[in-house]
This record gives sequence, structure tokens and C-alpha cells, in this order.
Amino acid sequence: MNIDLSRRSFLKLTGAGVAATSLGAMGFGQAEARVAAHVRGFKLVTTTETRSTCTYCSVACGIILYSKGDLAAGETAELSHVEGDADHPTNRGTLCPKGAALRDYVKAETRLTHPRYRAPGADRFTEISWDEALDKIARAVKEDRDANLIEKNADGVTVNRLTTTGFLAASATTNETAWATWKVVRSLGIVGFDNQARV
Amino acid sequence: MTNSWTDIKNTDLVVIMGGNAAEAHPCGFKWVTEAKHHRGAKLIVVDPRFNRSASVADYYAPIRPGSDIAFLMGVIRWCIENDRVQWDYVRNYTNVSHLVREDFGWADGMFTGYDAEKRSYDQTSWEYQIGEDGFVLTDETLEHPRSVWQLLKQHVEVYTPEFVENTCGTPKDRFLKICEMIGETSAPDKAMTSMYALGWTQHSKGAQNIRGMAMLQLLLGNIGIAGGGMNALRGHSNIQGLTDVGLMSNLVPGYLAMPRETEADFTTYMSTRGNKPLRPNQMSYWQNYGKFMVSFLKALWGDKATAGNGWGYDWLPKLDIVQYDAMRMFDMMKNGKVNTYFFQGFNALLSFPNRAKMTEAFSKLKLMVVMDPLATETASFWENHGIYNDVDSASIQTEVLELPTTCFAEDEGATVNSGRWLQWHWAGATPPGEAKSDVWIMSQIYLRVKKLYEEEGGTAPEPILNLSWDYENPEEPMPSELARELNGRALETLYDPADPTKVVLEAGQQLSGFGQMRDDGSTMGACWIYAGCWTEAGNMMARRDNSDPSGMGIFQNWSFAWPANRRVLYNRASCDPDGRPWDPNRTLIEWNGEKWAGADVPDIAVTAKPREVGPFIMNPEGTGRFFSRRLMRDGPFPTHMEPFESPMANPLNPEMRGNPVARVFADDLEKMATSAEFPFVATSYRLTEHFHFWTKHNRVNSVTQPEFFVEISKELAAEKGITKGTRVRVWSARGEIWAKAVVTKRIQPLICDGKPVHIIGIPIHWGFKGAARKGFGSNTLGPFVGDANIETPEFKAYLVNIELVEGNA
Amino acid sequence: MTERARQPVTAAANPPVSPLDSNLLPSDVVQASAISNTPMPDRLLDSVAKLIDVSKCIGCKACQSACIEWNDTYPEIEENVGVYENPHDLTPDMFTLMRFSEYENPESGDLEWLIRKDGCMHCADPGCLKACPAPGAIVQYSNGIVDFISDNCIGCGYCVTGCPFNIPRISRTAQVSKKCTLCSDRVAVGQGPACAKACPTQAITFGTKESQIALADERIADLKSRGYENAGLYDPQGVGGTHVMYVLHHADQPSLYSGLPDDPRISPVVAGWKGPAKTAGLAMIGLAVAGSVLHGIFAKPNAVSEEEEREAEDLVGDSRKEV
Repeated sequence: MNIDLSRRSFLKLTGAGVAATSLGAMGFGQAEARVAAHVRGFKLVTTTETRSTCTYCSVACGIILYSKGDLAAGETAELSHVEGDADHPTNRGTLCPKGAALRDYVKAETRLTHPRYRAPGADRFTEISWDEALDKIARAVKEDRDANLIEKNADGVTVNRLTTTGFLAASATTNETAWATWKVVRSLGIVGFDNQARV
Repeated sequence: MTNSWTDIKNTDLVVIMGGNAAEAHPCGFKWVTEAKHHRGAKLIVVDPRFNRSASVADYYAPIRPGSDIAFLMGVIRWCIENDRVQWDYVRNYTNVSHLVREDFGWADGMFTGYDAEKRSYDQTSWEYQIGEDGFVLTDETLEHPRSVWQLLKQHVEVYTPEFVENTCGTPKDRFLKICEMIGETSAPDKAMTSMYALGWTQHSKGAQNIRGMAMLQLLLGNIGIAGGGMNALRGHSNIQGLTDVGLMSNLVPGYLAMPRETEADFTTYMSTRGNKPLRPNQMSYWQNYGKFMVSFLKALWGDKATAGNGWGYDWLPKLDIVQYDAMRMFDMMKNGKVNTYFFQGFNALLSFPNRAKMTEAFSKLKLMVVMDPLATETASFWENHGIYNDVDSASIQTEVLELPTTCFAEDEGATVNSGRWLQWHWAGATPPGEAKSDVWIMSQIYLRVKKLYEEEGGTAPEPILNLSWDYENPEEPMPSELARELNGRALETLYDPADPTKVVLEAGQQLSGFGQMRDDGSTMGACWIYAGCWTEAGNMMARRDNSDPSGMGIFQNWSFAWPANRRVLYNRASCDPDGRPWDPNRTLIEWNGEKWAGADVPDIAVTAKPREVGPFIMNPEGTGRFFSRRLMRDGPFPTHMEPFESPMANPLNPEMRGNPVARVFADDLEKMATSAEFPFVATSYRLTEHFHFWTKHNRVNSVTQPEFFVEISKELAAEKGITKGTRVRVWSARGEIWAKAVVTKRIQPLICDGKPVHIIGIPIHWGFKGAARKGFGSNTLGPFVGDANIETPEFKAYLVNIELVEGNA
Repeated sequence: MTERARQPVTAAANPPVSPLDSNLLPSDVVQASAISNTPMPDRLLDSVAKLIDVSKCIGCKACQSACIEWNDTYPEIEENVGVYENPHDLTPDMFTLMRFSEYENPESGDLEWLIRKDGCMHCADPGCLKACPAPGAIVQYSNGIVDFISDNCIGCGYCVTGCPFNIPRISRTAQVSKKCTLCSDRVAVGQGPACAKACPTQAITFGTKESQIALADERIADLKSRGYENAGLYDPQGVGGTHVMYVLHHADQPSLYSGLPDDPRISPVVAGWKGPAKTAGLAMIGLAVAGSVLHGIFAKPNAVSEEEEREAEDLVGDSRKEV
């Protein structure tokens, strides 16, 4: 039998001894018995703060990212904690259950870390390099565009319209990303362009 | 939002209907609790479920999903009947006195001009009477039978408290109590705010739900005032920004329009825009349309856009239909008409109705490209997960590329909150593995496609080759460069038109506002409403001065609000016609004898004299509209329409199904059911513990709400032998799901048309990826039909059936 | 030398990132379990309190999330059992829990969804501390925080039965008792608890006990103006008052809120401990522990069996049943 003598089991084996200790604590001999309180060390000490905005809903709560390492100083930064920014006029430091757990989103086990490819009929992804992935996309876009772009309609009006390639845009990217995306998508002639406002 | 989150503290009455702010926007809801605590404000919640907002409400009333218009028109009727009208506001600031054409009318819940074949209205009769001077005819006595006021009164006549009770299932006493509470805010010194979200938009008549409340707010004089307004609670952190920047089929940044193919050149395109005023002296601000459009085209094509080539107008794609919205694209995809599709941070497999159709559509693609920080169900739609995703991987020929992106913690830039604040954020973490920013990915795609065209030639290369891509590092433009383009700059020295010796801006300087934009190619700016966000004074979006000298929650020096750093839209209407605040204790702006001034940026020309210029400056009338012209496909007044799948016939017209002008694809119509087979009403919603399909990837949020469930009343549970925590199957004409049952008093059967209506609540958050237990999205069941104007799917009201199941599947 | 942190006055503040000397010191302990002669501290900290205004609470569980994140705990991802409580109960890794009850008010006929954040009340007269046989495993600071010191804890579970609110939970893996610390690590550097900082509607606030009572008075007046005639403060005197207090709309019926004790008291056995019964009480612990040796060791050494729970109950009685 494998008996794991944990502190608790040990206590049970020596129960009488514990009683003796306790009795001692009552002032029968160990008046000096004084237990130091252990308050956990403050875990944000020596972290770097970065002001940010919550990525979930449109209340757009101010948050502070606490990281080990300073990105601005060119270091690698590991996010260790997220807390509401008490200076922010809207949320005044508060966060909802999602916002309070933002670290878990950033560090989710299901975060993607490598480009992956799924071949026709396959039942799994395989890793692929960025170069290979991007070249594949560029080639597919050009082939489809060359084959299907409607340059002029029946009336001879230049319409430069591509309906066989489409693009659904994000909901949490920045305005700046949105603008870069708009430019690229429209330059290709894509009209099947939408975002998440409807859902 | 016309107002802002922090402004809600100024209100006297909050009405949450068509949303669930406590649940979906908890930290914004703080300002409701603040108004209750420090102003004695009251909170009313009207919702099919007694939800988390209701848990702290002063008054709650249930409503059948999809019957909001009847309720709202009923409140308007009650206010008119009981003279709860802010008359000075209504007479001066709305179009009640305007006369409407003689041939406009309605009968049986339909307006004049309906074409059943086209499922569309000819809107010719939905128009004002125009005088010889080009202005709208009016009758200030409001007694003219063709005045908007008289037509409004006639229109709402049918919506009696009894009609409301019978249609909405809202007990009459509760409805009348709410009418009284709302009616009190018709006093000039009382404010009511409307907080709504997808509970109103996700119907086949979503936009009309919102118009219904907007009309009520006009009637009460609650638009443009502190603590008032129409406050749409946007669901995502930057869906406001993505819409502002025009990432929609029919939009150009700043709510300008993508050209239609009927508009063959720039001159034709402009001929229907730049509205002339419909009343004397009105600003009709869209008169400046050309300045915004030319500045945009200069931002897009740079030096390649010239007056000679219509500013590069030809290189923009031209639409042949109203829009290629996502649902239309998925329908085309299902029919084999789409080859490649990109999903940028968008888990569509769980977002759009009739998941079986979505899977079928995705399976027809040649190439799917997914950019996301997380492993999504969409990217893995071909993966078999038993009942949770029952597909045959081998038979799906779609190639998939899944690209890892950075998330908010790893990038920099601005997102726009519901109150239109553009807030800048900074990166605080290193991206995991090989994750890259979306800007980098988009740049790579663009540069590689461009290179192929340069090397190989191809179809119509001009738009690609002529796109302005003038960045320090073309491989990855910096957020600051893109933001400065969104703001705009002078391309040559700009002189003051009033005094040509005076230089406004030197060439290359950032614009300080959209008032500086020109239509001669001398300015560029990608998104006119953002002008002012990054000026010569620097990045205004990064401002962090949280002082609020007025105490009104305005925070004028915190970030930047569009337009023009204005925090409350239509704030001219916060003052009486002479420019004095309706409520001196809540002064946003006032006329000081020479100009408009105050804590907020005036929403009117600062020197526009009182009684000359109306407060609704974007409308050519200068007034707010009870009768809308041109903008709504389904009627100038909101009329009650049943959901496409409904437990009762439309009392106004039993033959009418859903919204008569909503677009329905043929095979989707076949998959719509009646209450004979599917007797129960389903409605979808968010839970506070989760954000869409993201936080199920998080351990903490999965702990607090681990597993998919549906909510039903004790009565329905008893009828079906279901008890709490048992497993149930819920199915619609489109699919089936399995879930745990939460049996609650918070959902009550409602009596509509004399019969009990049972409601089944279905949260949206689960799928087959992430940390939480595997489950289903409610979209599996929803009908593939959208709002007639904005194509938001009708997720909030459709029909299902339910049964107890033994075991685990 | 780093600067000494100030005493906390609010949870609405941004925490420091530079080192600060703790302001919650061993010498601030005024009571410790199984130690009778704790020296008088040379200073008394301001009495602190967390106020939970149930009428502002929307049951969003931000407090639970913030608690897990701050304390780095790992609660299990359970299943749905037909209720909103998740996890289904307090656990050694979930120090606070939203509890939901649907109440049909017989007077108004209205449904009320009463949502209460459950967790340690930080009693002025802590039953857990009184019941605890392990020297220094439970301490009380002069500001009112009752903290469990894991290094001294033997995981016996007597604190659970000593607690009139049924709060502490025994970790089966670490063999220690766990509960809310009132974020003693944050308080030590002048901050408020993580839950109070996060709470979106500021239903949870934190400050000196005096300031929180004043805030409660303001809230009670507002609730009375809205027709809640019995609105009041829950600061039960049976346990000497608490450093976590509630504003209740129905203060006359605390038990409506998922069984909040109407009049919590420490079991008479434990309560009498400090006085003449102390010797006898501690002796009983010794006997009870000794008596459990034989079967305990061969059963589940790392788990608290139901039998063990019963033993503890036999020892101190179930104070909750008595009230």
C-alpha cells in the first residue's frame, strides 16, 4: 500500500501531539509562540504598464496591461495581468467578467501561432510557412480576378466588379487596420465586403 | 449612440428595450446605476425574458419577440391622446407641419406603391408636397389633413392598449404604467434615454423598431439633450469604427456611398447627392458631399486621381444591386458562385443563420482564408466533431489557410466606442509564435498580387497599380501613417476662401477638421467624419485628460469623438428656439447673443442665429422626421409586421408574412415553418459571462458559464416533462441542437391572440473549439432572412419545437 | 528603503508597479488561531469593509473572474446543471460565488431576481478562527481582515463548521483550507480587493468601514424611496459585525438571498472557547483527532471524507442548524 503521508495524514497519526501543541498554545509554556502572518507578495511589482482598450464590447473600457518585459524598450513582453484603468472616464477601473479575464484570451491555449493549411479532403491542418501561404493567396486572388472580374457591364460602363471573391472584415481590429483593409479589398474590385455589424 | 456612455448619468428615465445592457454591456450599464443612485432615475425594461437588466429595474414588462413596433406605436398613440408631447420641440424641430403628397396612403398594414412581384415599394408617393420655390409646403397649425402630424395620428390610431396586449402579450396594466412613466419625460426638463442593441436590429423589420423609438423620443423632445437620445449599444469593440470606415458592400468611408453602375461617371454620381435645402436657411450639410468624396478619392489613389479622370472614379468597383451583404454572398457561395472568401476575425459558421446552409456554402469554396487570433469553428468547418459538427471531411474539397494574427494586446491603433470616441491604444505584449498583424497580412497580399500584375499583366490592373501605397515601410504601414491618412492633410497651400491672402494650411499639414476639405483635389482625407483625429497638434485620439469641468460627463479632452469632437449629436435641440437650454441644469450649449458656446461642441454653425437654422443639419429640411422620406424600404412610418415565423397572423393583415419587402431566397422560404409544426417562439441572446464565441476559449469565462443551455418557463417544462439540468433537443425547420435545460420563472408564457405563447431562450456562445464544453450556436436554428433595410438576420424571433431526451445525445 | 504603502480607502485605484513596503504586518495581527496571548499591536489600522449592494448587483460574475485572475486559482470547468451558479458552489479555487434566487414578492406580485455575491464575511468575531486548532493558521488583522495562513493550516476542516456562513473549503490536493483573503496582498499596498475594483456597477465597494456604512445609508434611503420599506444594512451583530456587509432590499428577510443566515452566530461550543471551556475544547480536538487515526489512514488520505466532516460537526455542532 502506498500511503502518502500528507500533512493532514501526518496530523492524524500524531493527533495527540497536535493536541499537546495546542494545549501548549494556551499559555502553558509557549507564550512566545507567535505566528508570522503571510501576506502574499504583490504580484505586479516590477511589471511594465501599458494603457489599452478592452477588445470585447463597445463600452471600450480602459485597461492596463501588466507585462514582464518592456516592449517599448525593445524587450520581449509577457502579459501577466490585466486590470481596469481607474483613470478612464467610462469604466473608472471596473471590468466585466470577460474584461477581468482578458489575460486568458491573450494567452488562450487555442491562440494560433503558425499559419496552417488544410488540403482538399484532409481531416487535419498542417503547418505552412508564411511565404507559401501568402503566395498561394496572391495566386488564387489573381486567377479568380483575371477570370471573373467584370470590367464593363452590358452598357459599356466601366464597373470593375468582382463577385467571386469576398471578404468579411473583423470587428475588433483598429481603424487603421480597417483602412488598410478597405484599400486592398476595393482595389481588387471586391463588392462582397461586409463586417460584423449585422450579427 | 447619439450621446455617450458617461452621459447616461444625466437621465431621468432609462428604457432598455431591444437590448440587455446589464448583461451585454455591464460597465456601460454602470451609468444607469449611477443615474439611479445620484439622480433618482428610474429604469424600465421591456423584454421577452426577465433578464439581468430587469433584475435591477424599477419596472419590467414582458413582450413577445418581434412585436416591438406595436408596443412603440401604442406608446406614441397614448402620448398623443394624453397630451404627453413636448410641443415647443415638436413644432419647431420636427417635420410635423410638413405636407405629404395626396397620393400617399396605407391600408391593411401596407403603404401605397407595393409591387408583390418585386417585393418592393415604389416610393414615389412617399414624399412631401414641394412648392414652386423648391421648398416643402407646411401648415403650422398642424390641422391640414396631409400634414405629417395628422397622418401620424391616423397611423397610430389602431395601436390601442388592447391591440398592444393582444399582439405583444404585454398585460395592459403594465403597458399603461410604462406609458405614464415615459410620458412624464415630455416635460422640457425631463430626459429619457433609449438603450438598445441587437434585440431590435435582428428582426426582418429591425430598422423600423429603432425608428419607432426615435419617433417617440422626438415626440418627447428627448433627442439632442443631455441624458436623452437614441443609444445603440454596439456589440464589438470596433464595429462602430469598421462601419465608419465603410467596410460594407455599399459604403465608402464616412457613410458615403459606393457607386452604382447606373452612375457611369463622377458627375452622374454627384448629381443625386449634395442635397439642396428643403426649407429656407437650412444647412443641409450633405451639400458638402463632393468635398468629402474628392478628398477620399485623393487618399485612395494619391496623385493618380485628377480632375481629368473624375478623381479615379472608374477604378472603384460599381454595384449592380443594392449590396452584396454577407448573407447574399453565402447564398451565392452555396450556389457555387464564389471561389475565394476571406474571414478576417469573423467566425461566420456560428454567426449566420441556418448553419447547415453555411457548411454547404463553405464546402463549395475553392479557397477559404481565415485570419484570426484564435482557432475558430469557421476555419475548421470541415472537421468532424460528432453531433457538434457532423461533416464528412473527405468529401469537402475546400482548401483552407488559417493565418495567426495579433490581438489587441499586441497592436496599436484606435477603436471607436458606442459613443463615437476614437481611443488610441498601445501594444503591451509580444505576439505568440509567428502571429502577424492584420495590416502586415493585408499588405503582403496586396504587394504580392500587385507584383503578379506587374510581372504578368492581367485583367484591369489599374486599380491595383494606382492604389496609393506611400508608406515608410510598404510591407507594414505604421498605425500612425494610416491614422494620419484617415484624418487627411492639405496637398497644397490652402487659402481662406473669404480672405485669399490668409493661409489656412501649408501643403502637407494635417487638416484640423472636415470644414477644411476641398473638392478641387487640394486636400486628401480618407474618412471625413474622422477629420480632427490627428491634427498638427498631434494624435487627438491619444488624449487622456479625464477632467470634466461641466460635470456633465462630456470629457471634451479625453480621446476624440466624431464628428468634430462632439459628444452629444443634435445638441442644438437641447435649447429652445431662442437658444436657451430647455433645462438650465443640463446645459450642453447655449446662444450667448453672438454665437453658440458651452461644454460641448455645438452641432450647428456657431454663428447660426436661433430661429433661422434647424437642429437636424444633415436633413435638408433641418427637422427631425416623423415621416421619413427615401431612406426606409418598408415604409415612411413603422407598421407592425410579424416575424417570418410567427405563432400568430398579423392582425393588420392576416395574409402578410413577415416583412413584405424583406429579401428572401427561394430555398430559404421553403425552410420556413408555421406554428402548426413548430409551436414555440425562439429568441437568441448573449450571456454576460461570455463574449460571442471568443471567451469560450478562456478558462476563466468557461468556469463561470461552462456549457450550452436553453431557458424555458416552468409551464412549458411541465408540459414537456423537462426538469432543470435535463437534456433537451430543440429543432427548427433548419436544424437541431442538444442542450441542458434551465427552467425559470423569468420566462413566462404570454397570451397573444387569445392563446398562450411559449418562449425558448437560446444563448449564442458555444461551439466545438476552445476551453468550454462543446455545444451549439443558436444560429443552427435561425431563419436565413434579414431586415429589409440592413440585412440583420431575424435571430430574435422564429419558431422551434422542444423535447426531453434521455442520455447524452 | 522603499516607501511604506498607505492604508487603502477605495478599490477604484490603479495598483503600484514599483516596490512598496507592505502596510499589513505580522504585528498588525490581533488574534491568531490556537494562540492565546497575541501581543497587543503597537498600532491599530483603520477598520476596512467591503459593501455589497445587492440592489445594484447584476449578477455578472465579474467578481468571480477578477478573483480567479488575481488569486491565480484554477477552478474546474464544470457542467451546466440547470442553474446560473457556476461553479455550483464555493470551492478551494473559487473564493466568491454569485448565488441566484427567483423570488415572487407576495406583496407586489412582481418577480424579483435576487442575486447575492457569496464569500467570506470577515467577521469581527470569526468562528473559523475560534474553531481552528492549528496555531496561527487563521489570523485577524486590526483592520478586520481574517486571513488563512496556508503554511500553518493542517486542512482539518474545523473552520468550515466553525463558520456560520459555510464559507471555507478544503483543498483536496493541497490539504489546506481556502477562502477569500479580502485580497490582503492588495490591501497591504493600499489597494482594494480585486472583486470590488472590477465590479461594473460598483455594487461592490471598499473603504473604511465607516465610509461604507455611510454609503449604505445613502443607498438604503434611495431604496426606501423606491418602495423597499425594509431595505437595510446586513452587518450581523451575532458575529460582532462583519467587514463584508450587504445592502439588502429585504433586510428583514436575509434568507431570501440564497439562504443568507437571518441571525448568524458562532456555535456555542466554539463561542465559549475563549472562556472557561477553552481547555476542554482544545482537549476535545486532541481526542477527536486521535480517535480518527485508525480508519483515517487507510481511507482516503488526501481527501476530507464525509465521515471526517461529521466528526468535525460532532465536535463543534452545526451553528447554521441552530439558528
